[in-house]
Amino acid sequence: MAAPLTLLLLVAVTVRAALYRSSLADLISERVEVVSPLTAWKRVVEGLALLDLGVSPYSGDVFHETPLIIYLFHFLVDYAEITFMLADVITAVALYLSVKDYNKQVFRKQKYALEADRYPLDCLELIRSPKEMQYIPLKVAMFYLLNPFTILSCVAKSTCGLNNAVIALFVLSTIKGNSRTHSSPAEGNSIYPLTLCAAALLYLLQRQYIPVNLRRFSFWWFVAQYAFMYLGSLFVIVGLSFFLLGSWDFLPSVYGFILSVPDLTPNIGLFWYFFAEMFEHFRLFFLCVFQINVFFYTVPLSIKLKEHPVFLIFMQLAVISIFKSYPTVGDIALYMAFLPVWSHLHRFLRNIFLVSCVLLACSALFPVLWHLWIYAGSANSNFYYAITLLFNVAQILLVSDYFYAFLRREHHLSHGLYLKRKDGSEATLVLK
Amino acid sequence: PAPKPNQPTSFEATADKEDTSAPETVVQSSVPQPKDDFQEELVIRPLHSGDIYASFQFRTLWETDFMRGNKVSHYRLFPKSLGQVISKFSVRELHISFTQGYWRTMQWGQPFLPSPPGAELWVWFQDSVTDVDGTWKELTNVLSGIFCASLNFIDSTNTVQPSASFKPLGIGNVTDHRFLRYATLPREIVCTENLTPWKKLLPCGSKAGLAVLLKSEKLFHSSFHSQAVHIRPVCQDWQCKTTSWELRQTLNVVFDLHTPGQGKLEWSLFKMFSRTLTEACPLASSSKIYIDITDDPQGEQFEVSPATHLLSQAMVLGDRRTFSVYDLTQQITFGTVRSLNLLIRWKSSEDMLRPLLHAERYVAGYGLQTGEIHTLMYNNHPYRSFPVLLLDSVPWYLRLYIHTLTVTSKGKDNKPSYIHYQPSKDRVRPHLLEMLVQLPPNSVTEVTVQFERALLKWTEYTPDPNHGFYVGSSVISSLVPSIVAMDTNSTREQPLFSSFFPCKEESSYFMRVYTEPLLVNLPTPDFSMPYNVICLTCTVVAVGYGSLYNLLTRSFQIEEPSPGLAKRIANIIRKMRGVPPL
Repeated sequence: MAAPLTLLLLVAVTVRAALYRSSLADLISERVEVVSPLTAWKRVVEGLALLDLGVSPYSGDVFHETPLIIYLFHFLVDYAEITFMLADVITAVALYLSVKDYNKQVFRKQKYALEADRYPLDCLELIRSPKEMQYIPLKVAMFYLLNPFTILSCVAKSTCGLNNAVIALFVLSTIKGNSRTHSSPAEGNSIYPLTLCAAALLYLLQRQYIPVNLRRFSFWWFVAQYAFMYLGSLFVIVGLSFFLLGSWDFLPSVYGFILSVPDLTPNIGLFWYFFAEMFEHFRLFFLCVFQINVFFYTVPLSIKLKEHPVFLIFMQLAVISIFKSYPTVGDIALYMAFLPVWSHLHRFLRNIFLVSCVLLACSALFPVLWHLWIYAGSANSNFYYAITLLFNVAQILLVSDYFYAFLRREHHLSHGLYLKRKDGSEATLVLK
Repeated sequence: PAPKPNQPTSFEATADKEDTSAPETVVQSSVPQPKDDFQEELVIRPLHSGDIYASFQFRTLWETDFMRGNKVSHYRLFPKSLGQVISKFSVRELHISFTQGYWRTMQWGQPFLPSPPGAELWVWFQDSVTDVDGTWKELTNVLSGIFCASLNFIDSTNTVQPSASFKPLGIGNVTDHRFLRYATLPREIVCTENLTPWKKLLPCGSKAGLAVLLKSEKLFHSSFHSQAVHIRPVCQDWQCKTTSWELRQTLNVVFDLHTPGQGKLEWSLFKMFSRTLTEACPLASSSKIYIDITDDPQGEQFEVSPATHLLSQAMVLGDRRTFSVYDLTQQITFGTVRSLNLLIRWKSSEDMLRPLLHAERYVAGYGLQTGEIHTLMYNNHPYRSFPVLLLDSVPWYLRLYIHTLTVTSKGKDNKPSYIHYQPSKDRVRPHLLEMLVQLPPNSVTEVTVQFERALLKWTEYTPDPNHGFYVGSSVISSLVPSIVAMDTNSTREQPLFSSFFPCKEESSYFMRVYTEPLLVNLPTPDFSMPYNVICLTCTVVAVGYGSLYNLLTRSFQIEEPSPGLAKRIANIIRKMRGVPPL
């Protein structure tokens, strides 16, 4: 397994290096679909320049990264390209290792269930074999590294790549069950990955064979331990950020900025045009609604998917990428990397052709309509906004389709694959 | 000491004159005579391009000492509205200007008092003021009422506190720039409604003296028009034991050669202002007209009539210039017809001396996403280099990237020795960039900085959003080396036009140059769509919510298919008949 992975890494690094040397690199780093006010490399350089001038980078409204990024790039600004390529490589390797470990556990659980005769007889074709699962980790790494979205994000030197690396390492440490190396994810640039802690908690409970029963002491004791460790690492990171620059200015500039959305630069998300056209009276109300929308799916999803925490992680990442305040294509690439893990669901997917066509078409139309609005002046902002809406609808459809297929497979595994009605004729399944 | 007129006038004697020929007036020697002073002058300078530059200056000196806190209620020559403004807002210096048009330095040379297009206001407050921002806000609103201008648009998003470019022009020792505020409104339009209250501040109004020439239909039909009010404390005498307030009202106007429409190169007061002068302002201690004849000492290029033998020389902007003087307080100036109509007739034309410091600014780039501001500063001195202070105040919606700032002279990098940069905060304050750049001799220095255009909320656009947004002029202040040595003795009587900026050195003089304002387009959202956008975006969020809700709350069940419509109707009929259904 090491050889194909190394080959894949080499190919990915070559592609990125080739693009760095070409003239496309400057063009890509200006594209609003790839960089946002939170992740743009130009703003990191601006923050470093302000620090050199003796002005705090947070005194203006240009720089929205945490002090950890400032200090990282204070030393690495000349090796920025290598840093971002390395971040991509780390993400891919972390995802590879975690998916490999997860597959082993899935296969083991399946073996126990088969021996305990828990599956109905006609759904044996739904059982997964080791042979089909062998290449899945490599496919995951490939889906991440060779995804055009990831390549664009890396060439633009968007700090989204660093965020993805931290999230991937978090997933890896969760799946390996190593509570000691477990740390709070990606508090670097975003508060939304906070929702991943519920999924991680469920996974660790499952691994320790602690049942999720609200009345048992062992459950609450584990939750308390986990919360303590999680909050502790969170405070350590925030405190470190404070000590690096000596002030709390970064809190409103980074987290206040993410939550209050003052910058309306167009991107592929839903927030910018909505708040550009919002009536002033309702602005705070809709801001709260949209921000709560990202967080509140955690509880229902955790309840429904408490037996399947890795799928829960996938769902959470997708919900965050679609509904966050400044999404970029780098965020999409991260959850799309998980799709090969659920490749066995393909027979239950209903809309995959439509979704892939819409996603391809929208990705092609984004730069065209941007050019028509900003440079040619023959279209207006509505065109770009429409494609944004369509792109997000397609993503929502993709995610809910995979959710439907997952639930349906679980249903078949407990009730049998070929269902018959009372009179013996073939039945159809609906959600009621 | 003001020269006294020879004859008594018919006005009520409220000015500082002794009435020597009326023996029945008893002069109360126990009451000290107030010593307000008013001087007026007009300088006419023919420019090489054939245009005429007329500069009016009216100076009122007010002796009062309310810096110690006395409440003043007696106003004589000084206008009451401004006096109340000074005392209420604890103003130490106030400079406000309204300008229509842009001063073309290359064709017209240097103005006596530069001003940027639009409105400009800068104020030094006393150090007794505790809340400078609150006082600034009230002051702008009060001034907006006094001058009938929209100065109430001055707020924190276009106010800055320059740290080096604007030092006090009057006496005083407060230099803490926390008490300084500077703002421009490049979009402000000047019209008759601004001229009328300005004229009302003069002691004689527009009824006597030089102010009768200020008729708005001619003044606004010009290439350049600028009116300003400058208030500052000055020393009364050489030892500076007492101070008085000086109010200078200046009006600069440049008339276009071809405007009168006759094509003859001939100018007269009547042609420019559609009035002639009949008397000086009785309240004025000095009322003079100066015509710049430096370029034509022998009368070869143009001739002036009526001729005068009074000549005066003065140092103006580093140059020694000669003027013909007409003293309006002397009755013989008006001649037998009792009116003065100066006439200037041209004979030929020649090249002009290039100004030493000159600046231009423009926006480069295409599209509505990014752009670049280029500022060019020309140093035309053949062998001396001098430093300039460049002040740029850019609104917050053009996000400057200071790491892209480049300063190049003659193709090589020229690093500024002092940079003061205050980044903007969205919707709170603008960018402030001040730099000290050394300009090499005979060169062009180019300052470029990149910016990104922001998308604003739909309510933040003006009603004509596609007109664009204005960026105020850059201010370039410098001490320019002078060709001729200057006299720095400030007690000698000097014409008003040469005594505005304080001059400390003999070999250089202070000059301020304003660049053009910029007009920048921003991307606009569709203004007709707020309700539609809210509905559509909420629909997309609801689609996400709905699908996930369905999948989370419902479970799979085997479906009993419902029979077709025909069968259902048949079943209803069968039930009514009492027969078992199909």
